[in-house]
Amino acid sequence: MTMSEQMNGVTELATPFRGVEQCRQDFPCLAQTISDHPLVYLDNAASSQQPLAVIEKVAEYHSHDHANVHRGVHTLSHRATEAYEGARDDVQAFINAGSRSEVVYTSGTTESINLVAQSFCRPKLTPGDKILITHLEHHSNIVPWQMVCEQTGAELLVAPINEAGEVDIDTLFSQLDSGVKMLAIAHVSNALGTIIPLKKVIEKAHSLDIPVLVDGAQAVPHMPVDVRELDCDFYAFSGHKMIGPTGIGILFGKEKLLDTMPPYQGGGDMILEVHFDGTTYNDLPYKFEAGTPNISGAIGLGAAVRYLQAVGMDAISAYEHELLQYMSRQLDGVDGMRLIGTAADKASVQSFLLDDIHPHDLGTILDHQGVAIRTGHHCAMPVMDFYGVPGTARASLALYNNRDDVDRLVASLTTAKEIFGQ
Amino acid sequence: MSAQPQSQEDLRDLYRELILDHARSPRHFGKLEGATHSAEGINPLCGDKLKIYFSIDPDGRISDATFEGSGCAISVASASLLTDQVIGLKSADALEFFSALVSRLTGKPEDGKKPASKVDLGKLKALEGVKEFPSRVKCATLAWHAMNSAIQNESEPVSTE
Repeated sequence: MTMSEQMNGVTELATPFRGVEQCRQDFPCLAQTISDHPLVYLDNAASSQQPLAVIEKVAEYHSHDHANVHRGVHTLSHRATEAYEGARDDVQAFINAGSRSEVVYTSGTTESINLVAQSFCRPKLTPGDKILITHLEHHSNIVPWQMVCEQTGAELLVAPINEAGEVDIDTLFSQLDSGVKMLAIAHVSNALGTIIPLKKVIEKAHSLDIPVLVDGAQAVPHMPVDVRELDCDFYAFSGHKMIGPTGIGILFGKEKLLDTMPPYQGGGDMILEVHFDGTTYNDLPYKFEAGTPNISGAIGLGAAVRYLQAVGMDAISAYEHELLQYMSRQLDGVDGMRLIGTAADKASVQSFLLDDIHPHDLGTILDHQGVAIRTGHHCAMPVMDFYGVPGTARASLALYNNRDDVDRLVASLTTAKEIFGQ
Repeated sequence: MSAQPQSQEDLRDLYRELILDHARSPRHFGKLEGATHSAEGINPLCGDKLKIYFSIDPDGRISDATFEGSGCAISVASASLLTDQVIGLKSADALEFFSALVSRLTGKPEDGKKPASKVDLGKLKALEGVKEFPSRVKCATLAWHAMNSAIQNESEPVSTE
């Protein structure tokens, strides 16, 4: 029996999905006004809001169950450990990982990727080896690879994108050869919303024995993700983009690969025995979890996963897909609009520019009408370079957004045009 | 959708006509050949990137100033107003404007200097609408930090982060 099964009835706070309007009621942060306008929150690709099920679960832990995990014989330590490990079981089921050993807690996607770069790749890489990424990656799936290339003399290759913001798969395939020691690729682009056709990319890489790391930060909140079906070697994602807390994330790794990797950080909890003449490391996944972990973050993530499962990832994916199409269409109807990122297969995100209004000015004007969007380079400067723009305005959806949010976004652009006299 | 008078007023105050005019048609825009001092200002948050150039005579007078780069309306207008303001001034007096403007926009003295409240900001008062928009103060002060760096001969680009 898994820990989450043992905990059943105690931890189940997930609210059943009763349609988006009811779903909105579960997110207290949405129910406020900004500059006397009801908040329209369209910055979900940066960080999403949390439902009461998560907020209350974390508060309950702090109020009744807090202690360190894996250490004490006392009741609170036992409760904290049960909740912390129960959340790992929830995540394992959510992404269909083969075992709980394959689910490593990290601080977020960034740490997950750095862990793989330093622990899996760095010991193997020699000068002349290659790491392949794509042009649409977030900085956190670029810089860790640049660092490991500097450390080892390996070379970083970049697969190109086209004007729509799609990865040029033919060129990517032609870049895959026996010199490539890792393919690190987004599942969904944070700046453009492009969904990468991962299944065929991973199949191709594996046909050449090239391992694949997927940056899934922008995919997990928006679509069902099955790591065994994808057959990816590593899959990284963050709690705070999937209605969970900040400071917690996951690295999924195939057990046979994680087994071969040295620890990423040393400390407590990642050891079995420590003596001055040698230390024995703990089993998976604890080998990679040095120090007291983010216990409440993990518990909150577990609650977020249960909420998403109660709503249903298929339902979320279908709903958001329809809403994204509506948003892109409505934005495209605004005079002076330039949509950035028009891939055939997209999720959640629409970047855009309006007339020659700088995105930062647009962000301020929209904020004054209660509409929260992200403006700037979205930690994807190479994407901005590709389009020759300093930044974009980006509206990104979550399961709680609706058509009214989109209509408010579009209406607020009219005010921006008025102010700038366009 | 009903516009809220207060917030619209703040917005109009931020994007007042003088600011929009300087943003659309920046003065003294371009590289200054033969500049004696220059510095770059970067606002990584929104990608504003300006380079500012000065010709400073041996007696310390700024005989010419230009800037180039890209940024939001506030940062470009502020740089344009800066060049307009400081040409002909002693560099020490230009730095007084820097201190006065920064303390006026942030409500605190810059780098522990006492607020230069006696300085009449003149046209630079157009930037005061930024006070109601704390996230935009960095845009308004970017060029001024770069000027400070250029006059003090600091070689590293200044960043607002």
